[in-house]
Amino acid sequence: MRSTIALKLMMAVSGIIFIGFVLLHMYGNLKAFSGHDAYNDYAHHLRTFGEPMLPYGGLLWVIRVVLVLSLVVHVYAAVTLWRRAKRARTVKYVVKKNKHSTYASHLMRWGGVTLLLFIVWHLLNFTIGKVNVDGGPTNDPYNLLVDSFSVWWLTLIYLVAMAMLGAHLHHGIWSSMQTLGLTNSVRERALAKRIGLVLALIITIGFSLVPVFVLAGVIDK
Amino acid sequence: MKLTLKIWRQADTASDGAMHTYEVDEISEDMSFLEMLDVLNERLNSEGEEPIAFDSDCREGICGMCGLMINGEAHGPQVTTTCQLHMRSFSDGETITIEPWRADPFPVLKDLCVDRSAFDRMIQSGGYISVNTGAAPDAHATPVPKDNADRAFDVATCIGCGACVAACPNGSASLFLGAKITHLGELPQGQAERDSRVVNMVAQHDHEGFGGCTNIGECTAACPKEIPLDVISQLNKDLRHAIRRGY
Amino acid sequence: MTDMPDTTFTSDPSHHQDTQETDDAAGYYTPGDPIAETKAPGGPIEERWGTRQFEARIANPANRRRLSVIVVGTGLAGASAAATLGEAGYVVKSFCYQDSPRRAHSIAAQGGINAAKNYKGDGDSVYRLFYDTIKGGDYRSRESNVYRLAEVSVNIIDQCVAQGVPFAREYGGLLDNRSFGGVQVSRTFYARGQTGQQLLIGAYQALERQVAAGTVRTYTRHEMLELIVVDGRARGIIVRDLVTGEIETYFADVVVLASGGYGNVFFLSTNAMGSNVTATWRAHRKGAFMANPCYTQIHPTCIPVSGAHQSKLTLMSESLRNDGRIWVPKDAKDADKDPRDIPEEDRDYYLERIYPSFGNLVPRDIASRQAKNMCDEGRGVGPEVDGVRRGVYLDFAEAMERLGRKAIEDKYGNLFDMYAQITGEDPYEVPMRIYPAVHYVMGGLWVDYDLQGSIPGLFVTGEANFSDHGANRLGASALMQGLADGYFVLPNTIRDYLAEGPFDKVPEDHPAVVEAQQSVRDRIDRFMNTKGTRSVDSYHRELGNIMWEYCGMERSEDGLKKAIDLIRGLRDDFWRNVKVLGTSESLNQSLERAGRVADFFELGELMCIDALNRRESCGGHFRAESQTEDGEALRHDDQYAYVAAWEWAGEPGSQEMGKPILHKEQLTYEFVEMKQRSYK
Ligand SMILES: Cc1cc2nc3c(=O)[nH]c(=O)nc-3n(C[C@H](O)[C@H](O)[C@H](O)COP(=O)(O)OP(=O)(O)OC[C@H]3O[C@@H](n4cnc5c(N)ncnc54)[C@H](O)[C@@H]3O)c2cc1C
Ligand code: HEM
Ligand code: HEM
Ligand code: SF4
Ligand code: F3S
Ligand code: FES
Repeated sequence: MRSTIALKLMMAVSGIIFIGFVLLHMYGNLKAFSGHDAYNDYAHHLRTFGEPMLPYGGLLWVIRVVLVLSLVVHVYAAVTLWRRAKRARTVKYVVKKNKHSTYASHLMRWGGVTLLLFIVWHLLNFTIGKVNVDGGPTNDPYNLLVDSFSVWWLTLIYLVAMAMLGAHLHHGIWSSMQTLGLTNSVRERALAKRIGLVLALIITIGFSLVPVFVLAGVIDK
Repeated sequence: MKLTLKIWRQADTASDGAMHTYEVDEISEDMSFLEMLDVLNERLNSEGEEPIAFDSDCREGICGMCGLMINGEAHGPQVTTTCQLHMRSFSDGETITIEPWRADPFPVLKDLCVDRSAFDRMIQSGGYISVNTGAAPDAHATPVPKDNADRAFDVATCIGCGACVAACPNGSASLFLGAKITHLGELPQGQAERDSRVVNMVAQHDHEGFGGCTNIGECTAACPKEIPLDVISQLNKDLRHAIRRGY
Repeated sequence: MTDMPDTTFTSDPSHHQDTQETDDAAGYYTPGDPIAETKAPGGPIEERWGTRQFEARIANPANRRRLSVIVVGTGLAGASAAATLGEAGYVVKSFCYQDSPRRAHSIAAQGGINAAKNYKGDGDSVYRLFYDTIKGGDYRSRESNVYRLAEVSVNIIDQCVAQGVPFAREYGGLLDNRSFGGVQVSRTFYARGQTGQQLLIGAYQALERQVAAGTVRTYTRHEMLELIVVDGRARGIIVRDLVTGEIETYFADVVVLASGGYGNVFFLSTNAMGSNVTATWRAHRKGAFMANPCYTQIHPTCIPVSGAHQSKLTLMSESLRNDGRIWVPKDAKDADKDPRDIPEEDRDYYLERIYPSFGNLVPRDIASRQAKNMCDEGRGVGPEVDGVRRGVYLDFAEAMERLGRKAIEDKYGNLFDMYAQITGEDPYEVPMRIYPAVHYVMGGLWVDYDLQGSIPGLFVTGEANFSDHGANRLGASALMQGLADGYFVLPNTIRDYLAEGPFDKVPEDHPAVVEAQQSVRDRIDRFMNTKGTRSVDSYHRELGNIMWEYCGMERSEDGLKKAIDLIRGLRDDFWRNVKVLGTSESLNQSLERAGRVADFFELGELMCIDALNRRESCGGHFRAESQTEDGEALRHDDQYAYVAAWEWAGEPGSQEMGKPILHKEQLTYEFVEMKQRSYK
């Protein structure tokens, strides 16, 4: 099934998986407010979850595999749909107004690209490369976090990324419900849009708290 | 009133087009937009310039033949068809940009006329209920609950004008498609072919080269018949069910 | 849409007395031999259609793949026929001038479609529908045809529902009906105000299904410009591809014309911009008789002309007359006053005054004619167009006081919105203005009971034929007739003709074909090369004015004769001075219109001659010379109970019409007694 709608269904499903992950991830990040040990315990717990049935880090690997697959699907579908949309209108309007749609809905694609760049950077930063821009050690997750966000421009990058994420989700959440065919009336549509807005705000604000509070010095080593 | 018109002119599909500027004067507010163009055409004709080609037939908002992009809005600033748009929606001295529907599956034939036969081919791919003439049971054999009948009617009002495609940033015909899927899917008569219909029509939609819907919602705002976004959700749902059932 | 009381019919034997044989049209035409319809079987009227279907030969199913049909038109009449013939296995080619079959003018019908289902149990029956239609047509239609129409009406509803046409339903899930157009029973099926649209989409989808099945090919943006007649049979058409300008020739074993009505001869009408007479007129010029061309229906409740730029008129539902009161100022001096400032005693509720028992609910033709009379007296309202105010008030102030604004909004909200959209006035505040407009033509190509025209192999359906409506059509009956013809009648009668086929292949170089192609090319070249000074539209507008003035709501001997002169003069000028720019090898809308207007000139003249010949008032045709003492229509059954079938007499290819030949088909009534209408 290569139909535009099948592609969209794939996007919606992978997108919802992402949402599940970011919610979990955000919960984890917020542990930073409970201090060094609570946060590191959580990071450790993530890796020992399910032991001895799963090896050390097993759950994390399951998550990683699912995430990577979702990412491939999500990006593949995004690129395919983008290309089809481009081909559907090769001659542009001289004047075109979009007045009944949200900015968020028009931002999806470039927002997605931003998110992709962010994720690459983010993984280099915290997982794969473990770069400590402050030059400190990288083996202590909590300290790495605090070191990183003490740097103003890094925090700024994150905040911009979170704004993008918020926009992506503001449209993406209701859009995925529409894609799944769950919004068959005015009421359901309004509800879906409200859920989208609320969830997007929660996620954006939830993620932004840690970097902001680190920069502000509230969270420190 | 006096207006400056910037109008797309193109000799035929193969030629390149360009915007041309015309000044018109003594336009009355009571004129419809197309009557305003009639007046311009009458003048062009007398000046020896070929009149501007644009489509219209019923001029009462029901046949779906007319359709212009006016100042970047499909059918102009009102929720109506181009033929039912009146000059009182504009102000004296205004500059109005007029372009044809832009979508590659709707090639420009000349000036402001486009070819929308892609819509017919979509209907051919399944937008009907298979019943031969004379084979129908009595009309009262199958009652249709009023809610279903009303919803079917609400979406069956689509006039196939193509404004949804013209307005959609993705050049998607999902609103048109969803309206037909919902109309027929809402009725008991339409059930037998429901799965194959949605699968085939979506395939044809894509084959024609329309873009995919990303739920932006410009289409419904441009739709003169106010077809709601529900129909796209319904379309997606029907496709999902059809896929699940192995179509 | 309206609950208008039935018009009462009283027997009036006296009206025969003061009549005398007159022939106003003498000198304008050539009397021809009488003709008769021969296909309808005799016997009890309810058995005739069954008998005909049984007797009509059947084309061998294996043969059908070798039998081809051309259908011109994709309205209700054409799309339903093409789809049904495709299902039967014939090879069908379907043509329309719009970009999609779905845009045919049938889409604009608002009110509804009649059928004798008697779902309401209010005493309706096939016989009653038959009776009402004969009566409504003012006794100028054929009993056999009308009975058949009523009979198949029930099948239409079944068929449409099965196709998914979303008719209005009640809470129990069953179909709703309303009463419409002055009948006492509720037999009108409807889909809000968009019945025509929904029915057409149903037929269109059935058609597209056949396209997918490979039995039908559609040719959109193709206009028929000539009929090919070989050895006395209709064998094909010549069309212009409106996009490329290519002149193309298509052959078939039979040609069906379902090309709609010609109301646009009046320029301003409620018809679509492209509605034309070309398809039928070209067939007429090749020998098909044109019947009763002067029968025109004028609808009283349309939005008035607002200026010289007007391109078409918009119909508003007649139901408005149920609650709105129609008036004009008593004094012409008040014509440009704000109507709200005109006190009650200075208003003339003229319909209520002249027809105290029917008031605002008099039939369409009366309401229309009286509105014209008021405006002719100078008491019309609204903007002056060409020096005359053409409009009367339709006032809801009293109804709003009585029922409350909310009730009026619920009942007529969408109509009020439409009015506000078009006029920019708020009808809740200021009375609406309405004026009559040309709406439908009862005349058309002559056909027999099989719907076959006077050229063998030429069939005509829908508004294009002279049909079953006599001199006046009842509301909601045109849709019924179009679908009856297309779904049920034609497919059953055409097989009798096709059983003789397939006919010999027509060679491309057959002289009749070459001649037809050449005449099409010559005509186009002539338009392109005249290089005159006046636009096609300006001629059309002027022709329309002549027609409206002299062959509109009221016709008189002097007026018609004057009109014929004016038309001839204008036609000459047209051929010498028309200006068509661009090329003929591309999409050229001026060229398209030029061809249509050229045919309207000839049709217009024939309409006037027909109107001149019929010195009686019947249905939509009102002759000033034939009225009762108090100004009502007066029929003359002893002299005019015939169908006037006109034969073309001009030279092929010439612009001179010659003197058309009149063939009379006498109408006889075996089942219904002829009576005179009265509504006082
Ligand atoms: C505003 C309005 C409201 C109406 N409301 C009602 C109503 O409520 N109830 C009712 O019963 N009737 C109503 N009528 C009348 C009714 O709609 C028409 O009489 C009927 O629809 C005619 O159908 P048709 O199929 O014969 O022709 P049309 O629908 O007019 O179709 C004509 C077809 O022929 C094609 N064609 C024409 N000329 C050519 C050519 N030269 N070459 C190729 N193709 C050609 C056109 O493309 C089109 O496809 C209304 C009419 C109007 C104008
Ligand atoms: C990796 C980079 C990403 C890219 C390139 C990307 C791109 C896109 C694009 C182009 C769309 C379709 C636009 C639309 O439907 O309006 C989309 C939809 C969506 N995205 Fe992303 N996105 C990315 C990451 C994410 C992430 C991280 C999440 C969640 C946390 C997410 C959630 C969603 C959702 C829920 C949808 C809606 C799906 C639908 O409409 O059915 N995306 N994305
Ligand atoms: C301010 C916001 C964020 C902060 C502070 C943050 C912090 C972190 C940290 C510290 C880790 C390493 C955790 C570990 O190794 O145990 C991590 C991993 C990760 N983060 Fe984030 N993150 C943020 C936002 C995001 C967002 C928005 C996304 C997705 C769109 C995301 C996706 C990931 C992924 C995929 C991993 C890797 C998990 C793994 O495989 O180990 N993060 N993040
Ligand atoms: S959905 Fe609306 S905009 Fe699209 S074709 Fe139908 S009527 Fe036109
Ligand atoms: S504007 Fe386009 S993206 Fe979908 S919701 Fe409408 S089709
Ligand atoms: S011309 Fe028919 S909808 Fe505008």
